[in-house]
Amino acid sequence: MITAGRIVRLAEFDRAKVRFFLDREMRGALAGDTVLTAMLASGHALRNSEFGPEPRAGFCLMGACQDCWVWQEEGPRLRACSTPVAEGMRLRTTPPESWP
Amino acid sequence: MSDTSSPKIVIIGAGPAGIRAAATLVEAGLHPVVIDEGHRAGGQIYRRPPAGFVRTPEHLYGSEAAKARALHALFDRLAEEGRLTHCARSSVIAAHEGRLHVLGEGGVQVIGYDRLILATGASDRVAPVPGWQNAGVYSLGAAQIALKAQGVALGRRIVLIGSGPLLTLVGAQLLRAGADVVAVLDTSPWRRQMRGFRELAARPIVALRGLALRARLGDRYQAGVTLERIEADASGVTAMRWRDASGGQHLTPCDMVGMGWHLRAETHLADLAGCAFIYDEQWQQWLPKTDDMGRAGNGVYLVGDGVRLLGADGAEIAGRLAATACLSDLGRPAPSVDADLRKLARLQRFARGLARAFPWPSEMVRALPDDAIVCRCENVSAGAVREGADLGGGDANRVKSLSRAGMGRCQGRYCQLAAVELVAAQAGCAPNTVGRFRGQAPVRPAPIGAFLGEG
Repeated sequence: MITAGRIVRLAEFDRAKVRFFLDREMRGALAGDTVLTAMLASGHALRNSEFGPEPRAGFCLMGACQDCWVWQEEGPRLRACSTPVAEGMRLRTTPPESWP
Repeated sequence: MSDTSSPKIVIIGAGPAGIRAAATLVEAGLHPVVIDEGHRAGGQIYRRPPAGFVRTPEHLYGSEAAKARALHALFDRLAEEGRLTHCARSSVIAAHEGRLHVLGEGGVQVIGYDRLILATGASDRVAPVPGWQNAGVYSLGAAQIALKAQGVALGRRIVLIGSGPLLTLVGAQLLRAGADVVAVLDTSPWRRQMRGFRELAARPIVALRGLALRARLGDRYQAGVTLERIEADASGVTAMRWRDASGGQHLTPCDMVGMGWHLRAETHLADLAGCAFIYDEQWQQWLPKTDDMGRAGNGVYLVGDGVRLLGADGAEIAGRLAATACLSDLGRPAPSVDADLRKLARLQRFARGLARAFPWPSEMVRALPDDAIVCRCENVSAGAVREGADLGGGDANRVKSLSRAGMGRCQGRYCQLAAVELVAAQAGCAPNTVGRFRGQAPVRPAPIGAFLGEG
């Protein structure tokens, strides 16, 4: 399957669709996707580094490196590699404007 | 059935080691608590996809499918029958004097223990390569988890770099799944790999299986390479720059690089639980000190890749041994361990061969340019670590304070071995005299609200 993002789906295509919002735009994912998979299926990064110019897209995928913390429009950040995407989730690649 | 007066035994980690330890305790009539970060038990190597995924264990785990199936079924049965308590999706973030702080969806709760079995596993041992902070660089383990647990490849054109059994295995698994792996670059030269040959013969079938996988990679596989730089633009990785064993220059376009030099034991909780550490020359890292059975003292037991990097088979044996040690320390009847100890000795011989054949790339790390990033969390450069060593001398923790390498969110898991190597080189001493970064609680980031009962 051709996708526009960083990752390529190779198996497990037959799953229910899930819709979520990334930077206020609606995106599609599949039930069982992690937030990391969902975001990188249609994009190239999860967030920007706080300490350098480069974007980040996760590193270990097992909850150890903490590279994949993603902002939500409301409420706390989440670790994208270990959180399943949920219908209607509102995610963003940059901190909310209210963040100091 | 377990009785309520029985001692409280907590196992952290539900991979092969944790599952076998739990099952051994249950067989003896105890009711252990198993705390694990995963959604489903299995650990990393036998990680299970989310419910509703359709690939079979044979597809996911290849030659190891029967072992994975058996472990999953065993754990699920014990959990269903209520013979153990499974705290899934929960991270132990601190351990102190018989109490664990456990971060779950409902916030932080405190769980006490009389005996603690740490089955925390390992993560990839990574070495910095200039450019590795860019989007599209992942650990080899990440590439494998993405394939197994999500059915995806992390890039369209993939280059794998590093050394060790996982390098070949991940390359072969990705190819089989239909991913475009363009190069598999091993920093260990052939003559070095031959040095492990005699010990690798301790497990001839495993060794042959490895060679067969290697053969599937064809001329994508190159031994004895020099890794120069991961090239990137504003959206991430664009190419891998490397030299082959005869010095020829290569620039291989790609959008994903997977890296790893075998494994690094996950030891933060062992540190907080007060375990002693020794520098292991074979694995070139600090490892917690235990006896053959996994006893670390003070009622703490260590099993699996978190203490000796023997892989999944070794982890199952170590899990049984430590649980048995725990039973006999409690004055309960314990099964015989002679056969397991013999098996473990054979696995240890094989592991020595692996360590010899696929070494940590210390020369490559020492030669890093000053502007290369060492700590990915906070983009601390090799130059900053070297400056820290000029000011602080050959002491890992002083350089950590001065440079901030190891003080980011991952708490040094992915930079500490390289940082220590750089400190040792700069101070003119051996890495084992530099010390190790001290573990600090919380060992995973935890929101303040979780401690305030706000979730």
